[in-house]
Amino acid sequence: MKRFSQLLVTLILKTSRNDKISVLSEYFKYTPDPDRGYALGALTRTLSFPGIKPTLLRTLVAEKIDQELFNLSYDYVGDLAETVSLIWPDTTPSKEKLPSITEFISDLEETSKTKLSSLISSFLDNANSDERWAMIKFATGGLRVGVSARLAKTSLAAYSGYLLEDIERVWHGLTPPYIGLFEWLDGKSDIPKIQHTRTFHPMMLANPLNTEKDFDRLDPNDFQAEWKWDGIRVQAVFDESSKRLFSRTGDDISRAFPDIVGELNGKAVLDGELLVGDNFKALPFNHLQQRLNRKSPTKIHLKNYPAFIRVYDMLFYNDDDIRDLPLQVRRQKLEDWMERVRNSRLDISEILVFDNWNRLAELRTEKADTLGHEGVMIKDLQSKYSAGRPKGPWFKWKRDPKFLDGVMMYAQRGHGRRSSFYSDYTFGIWQGNELVPVGKAYSGFTDEELVMLDKWVRNNTLNRFGPVREVRKELVVELAFDSAHESSRHKSGVALRFPRINRIRWDKPAQEADTIETIWSII
Amino acid sequence: MKIRYGEKSATSFQSMEFGKPLRINDVTIALHPAGHILGSAQVSIEYRGQRVVVTGDYKTIPDSSAQAFEIIKCDLFVTEATFGLPIFQHPSPHNEINNLLKSISKQPNRTHLVGVYSLGKAQRVMSLLREAGYDRPIFIHGALEKLCDYYSSEGINLGQLRKALVQDKETMKGAVVMAPPSALRDRWSRRLMDPIICQASGWMTIKQRAKRSGVELPLIISDHADWNELTSTIKATEADTIWVTHGREDAIVHWCKLNGKNAEPLRLQGRDEELEI
Repeated sequence: MKRFSQLLVTLILKTSRNDKISVLSEYFKYTPDPDRGYALGALTRTLSFPGIKPTLLRTLVAEKIDQELFNLSYDYVGDLAETVSLIWPDTTPSKEKLPSITEFISDLEETSKTKLSSLISSFLDNANSDERWAMIKFATGGLRVGVSARLAKTSLAAYSGYLLEDIERVWHGLTPPYIGLFEWLDGKSDIPKIQHTRTFHPMMLANPLNTEKDFDRLDPNDFQAEWKWDGIRVQAVFDESSKRLFSRTGDDISRAFPDIVGELNGKAVLDGELLVGDNFKALPFNHLQQRLNRKSPTKIHLKNYPAFIRVYDMLFYNDDDIRDLPLQVRRQKLEDWMERVRNSRLDISEILVFDNWNRLAELRTEKADTLGHEGVMIKDLQSKYSAGRPKGPWFKWKRDPKFLDGVMMYAQRGHGRRSSFYSDYTFGIWQGNELVPVGKAYSGFTDEELVMLDKWVRNNTLNRFGPVREVRKELVVELAFDSAHESSRHKSGVALRFPRINRIRWDKPAQEADTIETIWSII
Repeated sequence: MKIRYGEKSATSFQSMEFGKPLRINDVTIALHPAGHILGSAQVSIEYRGQRVVVTGDYKTIPDSSAQAFEIIKCDLFVTEATFGLPIFQHPSPHNEINNLLKSISKQPNRTHLVGVYSLGKAQRVMSLLREAGYDRPIFIHGALEKLCDYYSSEGINLGQLRKALVQDKETMKGAVVMAPPSALRDRWSRRLMDPIICQASGWMTIKQRAKRSGVELPLIISDHADWNELTSTIKATEADTIWVTHGREDAIVHWCKLNGKNAEPLRLQGRDEELEI
């Protein structure tokens, strides 16, 4: 744990990506198994201890320090692990050694629920504040030290000399402490074998199109275009006995969509957009949200919001890994396969016909409202299926945003770098004389603006509800959003899709913000 | 004051020695060292057997660049509370200076750019470095010059100081350079090659805060009392009534009440320095 805490402290303060990679590479190279594998699991969030919850830590702290003093401190710091680690009384250094990561884990796993709190308490007593911070982060998950799973894997590639691409391809078939992976990376064995029809394969993502730069150098004949659908990206992974559906981040969401999973047949890995609607006619996103909100659907949900996948790519065809074949070949194989299996829950994504970029620009907007898509995707016909977001082969070109002026109603603290700042805001618009909330926004402003917004929230608080502050209804913000939909979740009856702050209107009186009628005219 | 605020910052000046009382009608006023920076003072005010002590900024741990804090027993104690939360427990400054020295020896080719307030913190860090045996020249930003000269003239050992000039880029490789926090990410710092940004401040206790200000090597060195110093000083004054100002009043007020004292927050407009980093 000593070494791991030094690693985390170094990582959180490094700003340069290269520095982080070199610190991580060194750690992976010189730390023994299985410690390094568990550390990797913590960094990539594949390790979790469901028994250790924030409430457990709060209870422990309550035994050591006055509740009010703790609350004031937590409110100030904004991060539980950091608050507990700083406020925990330093005891005179005891003779007991800090456990290694591996000992720490086995102690946690072998201890009964009733004795867990005294175990953690003794761990914290034996540590200094950095070590306490690292242990709590490790045990509660979500390190927030500025290292993504991708960066951790990049560091594995850097220390071993293997390609990131190859690591990504086996990654989701492996689990902590990654003994087989490190054996391979150390050059002591072959690449670990994984069951490709049982595991998630990292997805290929698109970059936003830069209309000013990209079109000049791209030949429309080299690309295919499809609608960009407003659902969620999914991967269907199935063979005769196992059928699974994964979200973009690799979470298994099979149980929430038995209507799709039950119909999967054959052996393949498919990439597509999960949507709801009858006869492959997609309903707006808020309908899909009804399904996403629950772990398993009711009969009514299955009937009212039947799910389907609009398939746009194929990664495995039977047992063949076809990710290195060009997109147009993969597409051909996908069409053949779809033709053969005829699945009532799978629909192939339509290819748009265009011969110049201006025509595509017209397509992008012309059917947007009737079909309900959110723009177009443009993909290089020769592109391989590469994990991550490679620059060049795939682009997304979204519809232009819409705008409205909303009034800030509530504010909540952010996380990580933004903990201690009020950075998540709820906005409302006028319905008669009353403000009704239409959505939350937490992006679109600069760091300087964040400082000003935070200060404004603190100086204009009317009420506190736990972590939420109600503010004076005085600050107007121009919100950008992709579309607006009916919604029963909000009092206003409407919800905005991807709201973000476009401009802060310090100058504008709240009375001049937009009204509910403006939104209804957009829907 | 004249160096910091200008020759005409007051219409008339009257200097007072520490511990020598001044009587104005029925009121006796005296200044006592506050230990914050060189010459910083607490004010004790006595009237008909009742004594009020107003601390201003203070710290109680030893500092060779300032006079040592004195405990003055009183009836009403007006204390600052910049670090008035139990999360603020400053480590030993020597430990922090060692971290800086370790980093220098580990990365001898990189300039260590240390952000310091030009009055007090700069000279404290310099004298701590000298005490730890660091004898190479320290390069300084122009804003630090006059105040460093003044400290030296008062007999504080700051060692050899040199102005950080553009043409010295090569010489400053591996050296310690000090500048006010505002200059760390300003154009000024471009005269340095690949610097490691350090900052000496009590705020550096909170990692996310250090990260947000782009500090790679935080040095928790503060000229303000931490939680333990604040609470033990309040006890030692034996005052029954405590007024708390300047910072996180709520927690200190709460602590005072838990310990059987009368306490009130005394909020001064615009005096929260949270936004300074």
